[in-house]
Amino acid sequence: MSTATETIEGLVKQEYKYGFYTEVETDSAPPGLSEEIIRFISAKKNEPAWMTEWRLKAYRHWLTMTEPTWQFVKFPTPDFQDITYYSAPKQKKDAPKSLDEVDPKLLETYEKLGIPLRERERLAGVAVDAVFDSVSVGTTYQKQLAEKGILFCSMSEAIQKHPALVQQYLGSVVPYTDNFYASLNSAVFTDGSFCYIPKGVRCPMELSTYFRINAAKSGQFERTLIIADDGGQVSYLEGCTAPMRDENQLHAAVVELVALDNAQIKYSTVQNWYPGDEHGVGGIYNFVTKRGLCKGRNSRITWTQVETGSAITWKYPSCVLLGENSKGEFYSVAVTNNCQQADTGTKMIHIGKNTRSTIVSKGISAGRSQNSYRGLVKIQKSAAHARNFSQCDSMLIGSKCGAHTFPYIEVKNATASVEHEATTSKIGEDQIFYCNQRGIQTQDAVNMIVNGFCKEVFKELPMEFAVEAQKLLGVSLEGSVG
Amino acid sequence: MTMQPILEINNLHAGVENKQILKGFSLTVYPGEVHALMGLNGSGKSTLAAILAGREGYAVTEGTVKYRGQDLLALDPEERARAGLFLAFQYPVEIPGVNSTYFLRAAYNEIRKARGLPEVDAMDFLALVKTKMKLLELKEDLLKRSVNEGFSGGEKKRAEIFQMAVLEPKLAILDETDSGLDIDALKVVAGGVNKLKRPDAAQLIITHYQRLLNYIIPDQVHIMADGCIVRSGGKDLALELESKGYEAIVRNQLVAA
Ligand SMILES: Nc1ncnc2c1ncn2[C@@H]1O[C@H](COP(=O)(O)OP(=O)(O)OP(=O)(O)O)[C@@H](O)[C@H]1O
Ligand SMILES: [Mg+2]
Repeated sequence: MSTATETIEGLVKQEYKYGFYTEVETDSAPPGLSEEIIRFISAKKNEPAWMTEWRLKAYRHWLTMTEPTWQFVKFPTPDFQDITYYSAPKQKKDAPKSLDEVDPKLLETYEKLGIPLRERERLAGVAVDAVFDSVSVGTTYQKQLAEKGILFCSMSEAIQKHPALVQQYLGSVVPYTDNFYASLNSAVFTDGSFCYIPKGVRCPMELSTYFRINAAKSGQFERTLIIADDGGQVSYLEGCTAPMRDENQLHAAVVELVALDNAQIKYSTVQNWYPGDEHGVGGIYNFVTKRGLCKGRNSRITWTQVETGSAITWKYPSCVLLGENSKGEFYSVAVTNNCQQADTGTKMIHIGKNTRSTIVSKGISAGRSQNSYRGLVKIQKSAAHARNFSQCDSMLIGSKCGAHTFPYIEVKNATASVEHEATTSKIGEDQIFYCNQRGIQTQDAVNMIVNGFCKEVFKELPMEFAVEAQKLLGVSLEGSVG
Repeated sequence: MTMQPILEINNLHAGVENKQILKGFSLTVYPGEVHALMGLNGSGKSTLAAILAGREGYAVTEGTVKYRGQDLLALDPEERARAGLFLAFQYPVEIPGVNSTYFLRAAYNEIRKARGLPEVDAMDFLALVKTKMKLLELKEDLLKRSVNEGFSGGEKKRAEIFQMAVLEPKLAILDETDSGLDIDALKVVAGGVNKLKRPDAAQLIITHYQRLLNYIIPDQVHIMADGCIVRSGGKDLALELESKGYEAIVRNQLVAA
């Protein structure tokens, strides 16, 4: 029988279908971290002196820091001397002139992941920057975007070609002193995506980065910087996968967004890193700092995330609402199954007058997983008439998982209004039986119930992505109900 | 020619852990028939409905149930539903965030797939829904909302019958669909049930009140006590029950037996 007779554990048998490994020759740094390694990375990338200096400042600062311990997750401290900080697929020539010159094995990898990069087969309407371990292997549609004045390239390329913009904005939202993992990232980041939308330009297509961790024992430390100048608009998608391995791998990225007057940035993530097996062995540690600065008046930044992967997810995409009337939004679905742990949420820092923020968080826990929402809403003295609305809902599947909510609210201006709502529900046998009785099998019923629960978040995702996200959710929870 | 029964329950004994609830229940229902099942609170009516629909947690210790010739108890609940068995729940469940029309179309298409028919797209389904809606005087707005979420008690019951109208079951079991309905709603629901009467389908109506049977005329009325049927008769039995009460009828029966 497909109904509740079988135990939950017995049925948690999801397969991670992106768990393959690509055999490529790599060019890597020896494991470990030192000023020498940082100079090595910087030299490999042929970086200007200011960049090398910035990295070294970050490294020296990092050495003075200790790892944070306040998060509601448990894991052994990574051995930072055992990580490889630079790993890049070897190129035949120095750099491929076009995507068609990229190693076919790499192109194949992305094809297998559903992200064809070759000119003919590209995804329509989505420009992709593909990051493989430490480096960007190519960016599609660059020419079409350039015609509109949009810069979209790898971070390495931006440092070479657009140094003024990079120098102006890199670290302006997440300074190299920000936190333990952000400092580490600032010291050792190897690549990532860079995007600049000029004044008054609406980006005509979705921009996207696809991160792939391939090499063993390597960390991935990418850095993304998106700037929307006055009146600019862009929607950006991020996707990620990694091979199945028994050891844990560290992913410590930094994403910085800057929205100037009347600009809008929508940043959507579907995070599907390898979550480890059902006993909690292996998987990615996803410790990411994401922050957006609504610098200009009437600017708007929207974070939408669907988090289904990683052994540990620990991230708080945040908005600093500096410009008057600016708006920050955070829509999140975090799913944990088996032994996964997630501590995720957001920070909304209201500084400007009439700033508004909305938080909608949906946590779904199954198996023996732990899922925490942690959110800070801070209204500074200057933020007259600021408004926040937060809604945090948790859903439990089975009885061995946990859901936790940690809302922090600080209000220093009496004209502000802050609303917080929270609910916890359980998928009931009653609901499943009701669906069964209408001809809908248990797995489909769970999907339907969970998707219903996440509806408010999915409707914020770009269309094609929303469909993907729904499917992903189905896969992640496969077998979570007997 | 003898017709094949839709439902044939023979000496069914079933219960939950440590508790026998059904104790030798037998009933045969033919196509085109309407049966009313009445009985005291706790006599096992909902349990019977749950076992027929395939709910977890009940153990059948003796007896058989045949549905259109096949062993009903061997099927998963969704297989039973796809084979045309429908239960209108005594307490319909809320499913937040799942649109009623979407849900019903998923159910409709599961049944179609099981019959080897192509699935119906959203547009065609909407057209079907519109015609059925008139039948039950259902407010359109309910179908735009999440399944049963925030529906009043009466609205939930009406929605159940609406689902039944769309899914066109071979055997519909209505568990106290009349409870909690005001008199106007009762007439509408009864009217809907009557309109859904087909020569190839049957209905088993669980109720406490004879007043429903003023609007739905049953072919047979059965009175249940302590896990089995103690008396069966025509529609007049419900009237007798109404005037004399269960006590008398059940006692008479036990004395006679
Ligand atoms: N899961 C269960 N565990 C324990 N007892 C149960 C369970 N399900 C049903 N029962 C008991 O079995 C008996 C029959 O219950 P059932 O709900 O079938 O009665 P009913 O005839 O539908 O009553 P009503 O007219 O009040 O709806 C009751 O005494 C009830 O408490
Ligand atoms: Mg009952």
